[in-house]
Amino acid sequence: MDILANLSLGFSTAFSLGNLFYCFIGVVLGTLIGVLPGLGPVATIAMLLPVTYRFEPVTALIMLAGIFYGAQYGGSTTAILVNLPGEASSVITALDGHAMARRGEAGKALATAAIGSFIAGTIATFLIALFAPPLAEMALKFGPAEYFSLLVLGLAVSIVLAHGSLLHALGMIFLGLLLGIVGTDVNSGATRFTFGQDWLADGVNFVVLAMGMYGLGEIINNLEKKGTRELMARSVSGLRLSWKEFKGILAPVLRGTAVGSFLGILPGGGAVLSSFASYAVEKKLSKNPIPFGEGAIEGVAGPESANNAGSQTSFIPMLTLGIPSNPTMAIMIGAMMIHSIQPGPSVLTEQPALFWGLIASMWIGNFFLIVLNLPMIGLWVKLITAPYHLMFPVIVVFCAIGVVSINNSEWDVFMMAFFGFAGYMFSKLECEPAPMLLGFILGPMMEEYLRRALLMSSGDFSVFVTRPLSAILLVVAAAALAVVLLPSISQKREETFKE
Amino acid sequence: MSVFIKHPRDFFAGLMYASVGIGAIVMAQEYNMGTSVRMGPGYFPTLLGGFLTLIGVISMIRSFLHAGETIGAFCWKEIALVLGSVVLFGVLARGAGLAPSLMLMVLVSAWASDRFKLGTALALAVVSSVFSALVFVKGLGLPFAIVGPWFGM
Repeated sequence: MDILANLSLGFSTAFSLGNLFYCFIGVVLGTLIGVLPGLGPVATIAMLLPVTYRFEPVTALIMLAGIFYGAQYGGSTTAILVNLPGEASSVITALDGHAMARRGEAGKALATAAIGSFIAGTIATFLIALFAPPLAEMALKFGPAEYFSLLVLGLAVSIVLAHGSLLHALGMIFLGLLLGIVGTDVNSGATRFTFGQDWLADGVNFVVLAMGMYGLGEIINNLEKKGTRELMARSVSGLRLSWKEFKGILAPVLRGTAVGSFLGILPGGGAVLSSFASYAVEKKLSKNPIPFGEGAIEGVAGPESANNAGSQTSFIPMLTLGIPSNPTMAIMIGAMMIHSIQPGPSVLTEQPALFWGLIASMWIGNFFLIVLNLPMIGLWVKLITAPYHLMFPVIVVFCAIGVVSINNSEWDVFMMAFFGFAGYMFSKLECEPAPMLLGFILGPMMEEYLRRALLMSSGDFSVFVTRPLSAILLVVAAAALAVVLLPSISQKREETFKE
Repeated sequence: MSVFIKHPRDFFAGLMYASVGIGAIVMAQEYNMGTSVRMGPGYFPTLLGGFLTLIGVISMIRSFLHAGETIGAFCWKEIALVLGSVVLFGVLARGAGLAPSLMLMVLVSAWASDRFKLGTALALAVVSSVFSALVFVKGLGLPFAIVGPWFGM
């Protein structure tokens, strides 16, 4: 009964006219950036943060969340139609989705993706409602040692997800952790790594870092590649599935939802891992005469459901533990902090309307996506080939204005330019920025929990392994790393990322 | 040198980690270390710097042992134009005001594309800067002048 009461509180919040409107704006904007070349959800949410300063916190979060899952939806559209996955989570969709489009079944692939996402989104919404409260309750019992180990686990999983070498992912995490503690130490008041500059006393702003890396750095990367987009289908028709086809995809959708929901909850998990895992499952189980990779419909249905379920359940660790499982969630944490909400187990008890409103809005947003986007597909198709040389200067404008509006400081603009160069350099060195961003966000938290845990144990480091829950978390983290190092699996991992 | 470095990416990434790590350790010595019971502000950074240096050294050693592709040239023109336009904006925004500095930023950054045409870039610059100056200054109350004091306004 509790769940029903909570959900009805959520829906009554989310159904207010303003929240409905901004949820709608969020998903449309999200789809737009998912479809447009060279702009990801992290940079977009960062750019729009200043716009949401004056909103109610719940409205701001609803809109930003809408951008997140809307972008994923748009990303699968480009994956199917142009074989260019707009977001990392739709890399897998491009394999069979684009093969279907080449066969003239683009409409069917798009409809499968939309229906799968919607079913997954609906189920995931209920799963969040079911599992978030007990998890938050458990988290309230966490001591500093458990929190520290949980953060270690989160970082370990982000390494598993990173492309390329384990060593570089580790290096980027430590770079991020160090960058995160630049500024004034909350405990001693000492300013660290500021080079005596006042503008660094508050540390590096997350938005500045994210916009530099994902906004400007990406622009330079895209300009260097000079690629053009080739559209598979100028007009898309046949956006319907027959009853028989629907029954055919139902099982992959449900399996994908299960896989995605589970992996999304893991810190560091989320949409990308979910879609890879679901693809592997479907490939094993498929009875389709069409082989995977050549346009098997299950290869679209499973992963698309999984990435949507995973992206929604990845809100669970963010909302209940305050731990971001991917850069987008990290930015959502930044957004909550701007509205002076400290993400963590207390959100659920202190801000029930915000918590449940956000969750209910996800279901509404998924509904918007399916009823609006299939009819609007013609518009999205036109936007896929938007001329990049006219788009990127506008992105630069939004980055610059967005950054300047945080503190009204030109130093933030210079810092963003610096991180733009760093972002470009990292991509040249094949070092992924995502683990660094996670480290950046988690750095101050880690230091604080480490300090508290050691204070309570009188400086004894064994506290992390003698407390059972903390030990379990560390063992899981070690297992995650060991898995990457195993030769047979690391080979498979490389193959998956190559595809 | 390049005879020994078989994997330039690993080498330079390692060099970056190690130098940042060592820099962090050196700078952290100015802060109070404290003890593990009462961690001072220097404790955690030293720890992190140590790990980062270690990772950097391992990466550099690996670069002598296994082969990898070369890094490839940096596209300096695009970097200079895109990032330069942003820095220019930062320098000019307060004095010249948002609209002129945004216009200049759009023009300079658009130049980074192969398909740059002065006419379209000018139009884009005017439209986007006027639009965003109005939205952010008039609409959202950003405390910057649309046209700054340098123009006597």
